[in-house]
Amino acid sequence: MNELVVKPKLNYIKVQEADFDQQQQYLSLTANNEQDGAVVTFVGLVRDRNEGKQVVSLTLEHYPGMTEKSLEEIADEAREKWGVGQIRIIHRVGKLSLGEQIVYVGVAAKHRRAAFHAAEFVMDFLKTRAPFWKKESTVDGDRWIEAKTSDQVAADQWS
Amino acid sequence: MIKVLFFAQLREVLSCSSLQLESVPRTVGELRQHLSEKNPLWAEWLSADKALSAVNQTMVDDLAVLKNGDDVAFFPPVTGG
Repeated sequence: MNELVVKPKLNYIKVQEADFDQQQQYLSLTANNEQDGAVVTFVGLVRDRNEGKQVVSLTLEHYPGMTEKSLEEIADEAREKWGVGQIRIIHRVGKLSLGEQIVYVGVAAKHRRAAFHAAEFVMDFLKTRAPFWKKESTVDGDRWIEAKTSDQVAADQWS
Repeated sequence: MIKVLFFAQLREVLSCSSLQLESVPRTVGELRQHLSEKNPLWAEWLSADKALSAVNQTMVDDLAVLKNGDDVAFFPPVTGG
């Protein structure tokens, strides 16, 4: 007899314009999950100043398809490295105002250290590998944000 | 035939979001070279330090070999998160 083996879906990856609800994400990480004793979450927000300029809003562009694919790969790599459970990544696109949520990373794991490491790893690689681009509207006009060397250095530290 | 896509600042500066090429260059580097011959603006913005490249949605370097039907993308270093 053939048994149907249903593999639990371990990555939840979404690129969307809509905002997200942290509590709802937390519940998804912990529902029917008695094996994981740690949940680490990270939220990135639009901040008011960048390189000395007053920011009015951000517009995020991405490469549909490749974005999701690269986030899946990053999550898989994090799980392989630290044996964590579910990883949820949500990244917003479109126009975002000051204080709005941009990105969510949530990791469930048996123990805290793996969850902390995996969440940081996901963010470091998301910032250097996932095809998103930020355009910033400031009081002096619009400008594309340039990639930071410090982000690349952070990602390189994992290898 | 291959499809070439441009994103973010690259798309804006070149005023081009995508184009198609009938003849397929051998590598991404050769495609970069071919497109750079259009004019100095393309040459400047398609230089390897300004434009990353992906083939069929996977990041690659200039040595990546192209085949008929590939989707190639050029874009600035990423700034998400």
